[in-house]
Amino acid sequence: MADEDIPDSGRHPLFMPVILLGGLLFGFGLAASHMARPEVVLDFLQLVDLGLLFVMFGAAIVSGLAFAVIPRLRERAPLTGDTYGRRLKSFDRNVLVGGVIFGVGWGISGVCPGSAYASVGIGNWPILLAIAGMFIGAYLQGVWRSRTN
Amino acid sequence: MFPDPTALSLFPDLIVLSLFETLFPEGIARYAIGGLFVGLGTAVIYAATAIAPGASSFLESTLTYVSDRARFQQYRASRDWRIVFTVGIVLGAAVYALVWQGDVWTTDVQWWRLLAGGILVGVGTRIGKGCTSGHGVCGIGSRSKTSLIGVITFLGIAIATAQIVMALGVSP
Repeated sequence: MADEDIPDSGRHPLFMPVILLGGLLFGFGLAASHMARPEVVLDFLQLVDLGLLFVMFGAAIVSGLAFAVIPRLRERAPLTGDTYGRRLKSFDRNVLVGGVIFGVGWGISGVCPGSAYASVGIGNWPILLAIAGMFIGAYLQGVWRSRTN
Repeated sequence: MFPDPTALSLFPDLIVLSLFETLFPEGIARYAIGGLFVGLGTAVIYAATAIAPGASSFLESTLTYVSDRARFQQYRASRDWRIVFTVGIVLGAAVYALVWQGDVWTTDVQWWRLLAGGILVGVGTRIGKGCTSGHGVCGIGSRSKTSLIGVITFLGIAIATAQIVMALGVSP
């Protein structure tokens, strides 16, 4: 699947507009479901309101339908010419280690990447601190990864 | 969009009703409708480009603008569209806020929780190969075992962490 290897030039003129449209729908959904509010996510994690399950698995069902049906209708994507695939990542210990660290951070703050971006859109300026933290974390992880590998 | 829970339930007795209200005090409509839109956004991009977009790779792809570190360069080719995707997320949320929210909404969660949580989320998502959208929406939608294990891990740990934070009396 073409996740990371799209060349910079020679893109279809509708490529960026479609990415923007997808982002708009995605962000609208996160705001409408109140996932852009850390308090609502924390309510889920504290088992006060389990609505988040409907957001994540509801979205997974819709995207899962697309992943299952679209490859049967056509072989290649119209805007990139890439073949359709599924999002499959290899399993190793890092999935568990990363999941634990992500889980602690999510449990402390009620913030994850997508919901944090959407939170900016609803005017929640203090969330910029969490986004800054995510960049710091991603950078530190990159530095650490360079040293160990 | 969603009928009254009594109509949904096969056993519309008081026990089921009160259980539903205990688990979902705000109902499920806003969550299910929101999830539908999140999935739709993913599906539109996938249909047109064959890309299954996650939200957290934006962090590393954007770092390539300021860092030449070799480990970030695998995301260099996708850095421009990942910014467009993220700008779309911000604007889509702004549309909701303008139409249904009216005013700006700000969190009361303490600053150190946002910062510390953000750092750990940033580290964890990059080690763990995905976040709530990459593993949770695209990965589960792809019936990926790796993603299912990832989601179960971070959901379980996050619930445990939030319980501990609450037990320590940290609020909000």
